[in-house]
Amino acid sequence: MTLLHWAALSPFIYALFIPFIHKWFKNLHMGWFILPLPTALFCYLLSMIPTTAANETIVEVANWIPSLHIDFTVNLDGLSLLFALLITGIGALVLLYSTFYLDKQKEKLNLFYFYLLLFMGAMLGIVLSDNLIVLYTFWEITSLSSFLLIGYWNEREKSRNGALKSMIVTVFGGLSLLGGIILLYLLTGSFEIREIIAYIQQQDVHSHPFFLLSMFCLLIGAFTKSAQFPFHIWLPDAMEAPTPVSAYLHSATMVKAGIYLVARLTPIYAESAYWLWTIAAVGIITLLYGSFFAVKQTDLKGILAYSTISQLGLIMSLLGLGAASVHFSLENDYFTIATAAALFHLVNHATFKGSLFMMVGIVDHETGTRDIRKLGGLMTFMPITFSIAVIGAFSMAGLPPFNGFLSKEMFFTAMINITKFDLFQFNTWGVLFPILAWIASVFTFIYSMLLVFRVFAGKYKPEQLPTKPHEAPIGMLISPLILVSLVIVIGLFPNILSNTILSPAITAVYGGVPSYDLHIYHWHGFNIEFFMTIGVFVLGILLTLTFTKWKNFYRIFPYSINALYNFLIEKGKLWSKQLTNRYMVGSIRTYLLYILTFLVATAGYTLLTKNGVNFYGKNLAQIGLYEIVLSLILIVATISILFAKSRLASIILLGAVGYSVSLFFVIFQAPDLALTQLVIETVSVALFLLCFYHLPRNARKKESIGFKMNNAIISVLVGITFSIIAISSYNTKLFDSISSYYVENTYKKAAGENMVNVILVDFRGFDTLFEIAVLAIAAIGIYTMIKLRLGGNNRENK
Amino acid sequence: MKTNDLILQTITKIIIFLILLFSVDIFFAGHYTPGGGFVGGLMTSAALVLLLIAYDIKTVANLFPVNYIYVAATGLLIALVTGISSIIRHKPFLTHAFNKHVHLPLFGETSLHTAALFDLGVYLVVVGVTMTIIQSIGEDK
Repeated sequence: MTLLHWAALSPFIYALFIPFIHKWFKNLHMGWFILPLPTALFCYLLSMIPTTAANETIVEVANWIPSLHIDFTVNLDGLSLLFALLITGIGALVLLYSTFYLDKQKEKLNLFYFYLLLFMGAMLGIVLSDNLIVLYTFWEITSLSSFLLIGYWNEREKSRNGALKSMIVTVFGGLSLLGGIILLYLLTGSFEIREIIAYIQQQDVHSHPFFLLSMFCLLIGAFTKSAQFPFHIWLPDAMEAPTPVSAYLHSATMVKAGIYLVARLTPIYAESAYWLWTIAAVGIITLLYGSFFAVKQTDLKGILAYSTISQLGLIMSLLGLGAASVHFSLENDYFTIATAAALFHLVNHATFKGSLFMMVGIVDHETGTRDIRKLGGLMTFMPITFSIAVIGAFSMAGLPPFNGFLSKEMFFTAMINITKFDLFQFNTWGVLFPILAWIASVFTFIYSMLLVFRVFAGKYKPEQLPTKPHEAPIGMLISPLILVSLVIVIGLFPNILSNTILSPAITAVYGGVPSYDLHIYHWHGFNIEFFMTIGVFVLGILLTLTFTKWKNFYRIFPYSINALYNFLIEKGKLWSKQLTNRYMVGSIRTYLLYILTFLVATAGYTLLTKNGVNFYGKNLAQIGLYEIVLSLILIVATISILFAKSRLASIILLGAVGYSVSLFFVIFQAPDLALTQLVIETVSVALFLLCFYHLPRNARKKESIGFKMNNAIISVLVGITFSIIAISSYNTKLFDSISSYYVENTYKKAAGENMVNVILVDFRGFDTLFEIAVLAIAAIGIYTMIKLRLGGNNRENK
Repeated sequence: MKTNDLILQTITKIIIFLILLFSVDIFFAGHYTPGGGFVGGLMTSAALVLLLIAYDIKTVANLFPVNYIYVAATGLLIALVTGISSIIRHKPFLTHAFNKHVHLPLFGETSLHTAALFDLGVYLVVVGVTMTIIQSIGEDK
């Protein structure tokens, strides 16, 4: 365990102290206690920048389960550092914000901060661990803590539903991820990502059947976590969480875990055309879908949720296209720009989306509503919040001079470049990418503008607002202000990031070699990207101004993926209930039918497929007259039971069967058995008669057995099957009997002459010991059932 | 409606000893001829059942003032102790010991065998179990 390990685990350790802090310091807001931790972690991680900027990787191993190749290996390279800085940095800002956002008295802050720390630790664990199983462990902890945080206001039904939905979707993906990890382990023999990459580079595994399967399993995991189409449905519902949670988990960190995974696994799969196409296509569809439906939303957080979906799609598609670079040399490559854009936009998105969420939280907090139809004209009441909104939204729309503009330009460049990639049909179908990207950008522009101007401009509607709006307290404004100042600083001086953080991360995405020199320019000249951006602005402004005229256009999409999910969940419950009710009927008769049918089916199938039927025995004995007569009696008695009119007759006939069996024992020379059989038969017939005597009057009336075809068929089949089995097994004797040993040694070794008794008490006395125990238990059981009738008396009393 | 069971009761008084003797004989002879603890125990309970039929539960309870659950428990204990005793002799569980030629004062040359003790356990369990069941059901309303 090194300092890095402790850093990754520190949120968990810190979380253990929360109950004590909660108990001892009731007067101070708990957020102040938690805030130092992410701040300290952030500073510690900042000190790592020189190391990673020199493209050095820190690898530290702490043994966990070495025998299963599962160790907590910390691998800190550019990519991990980028994510870890985001997690701790945004984490600190969100904590500061939440300190002012959540009320000390009304909220259960100890639970909130416990969940949040759990999440932060798990997220750090994901980005720092090199071992896939450890990564998976942390991955599921993020799902769990996200579930807890979304359902934080658990007295609201919508919160519970949102939490459940996100849990179902992300755990579905998480389990698929686990499957992918195991397949990858079977393929390469290691859980360590570094070792897997090294293995893949040496061996050709692309034709192995597990290769594609593991890729798609892992991708489903990444797509569900990062809310990619069609697994995006949980994210809008997760907006029921407190706003700091939405800002932190559902814009800056957790939803980027999938992005991280895709970036991390790029060196393993990038050679494959499926990897490129799947990620790029899913990303671009998500981008378009998210931005298109964001315009339709009326809830501010709904807009931001769909916007997050679309921005994540953008990053995802860029990562997919960036993988094309693996097919060429990395230096000054045409396609590396895509990966650079992805990582750059990742940082930008975290800054502007975090600030926008906090802005929405402020608006919600100060006006009491998030409904965009009720809001308007807040510009004069909340000037600082308005400025935050303008900067965040303009950056999201891709307007200069903010950072969103730069990453959008790089995005267009990458999209145009990919059409020149003449592998895997990107040069033909790839032309769709810039077109879809451009359309999505127009919608992004529209919803960004609507987000700002429908809230802050226009007519002020005081009668629709629950409370009178005023500017937020300064503490709430600090975090978004820091984030928007980052938006501006990165927008104006992007290269402070490029060679310190971004290019080591790009190098890490491509598996470590060689280093990439990134330089971000503001001005590219009059090229296609420039005209695309102009087109976005012009069309975007036009459509925004005429929004009220064409918004009914959305009515032609009445069905959504969400409806499908709800349908499946509801119908799934109903169908499984119907299915279960169909076979779990509660009737023992039916269950017996299932059991016997299964018995006949399996035994019969085995008998036929394994050639088990054997009717030709050699060692058959002669049949005597006694046997024939006795068998006839037995058969007649047995069949008569079936057709007996009264129960009493059945009991007597059953006794007849038992006595003839004891006669069989006599003629087959088993005197002990015959004696016992006689006495036991007498006792059991007496007991049967007793039962009959105590039957209720109406149940005692004479009634023959009803005939059911199913039962008849099954019972005949059972009889035939087991007759065949008995005959066949008698005829295929493979070994001699061991009974000769008993014959020889009964007197010699056990001093007895009754062989049966000697076997019972001496050779195999152990069985007898437990048989008498069974008898004793039966007696105690009967005694208890008769004497202790607590339940029965109670029922009678009621 | 109480009938006069004089004949039944008188015959029972005589026959019960025959049955009991027979059951003891079956029990002891078990190691050499058909019989043993199980059938012996059942026979003994048959004798007791005959008493139950001829008289009533109270009389029989006065005659044999035992709790039959204890009888069954004693039987289990004897069987278990017989098994454990072989461990004390450093043999595996339930290894029986015997001596074929022992001169006893009254019986002459007899063979003694710990299997008989084990069988006694079986015998007691069977008697206890059957009588517990029959008595419980009989006392039930």
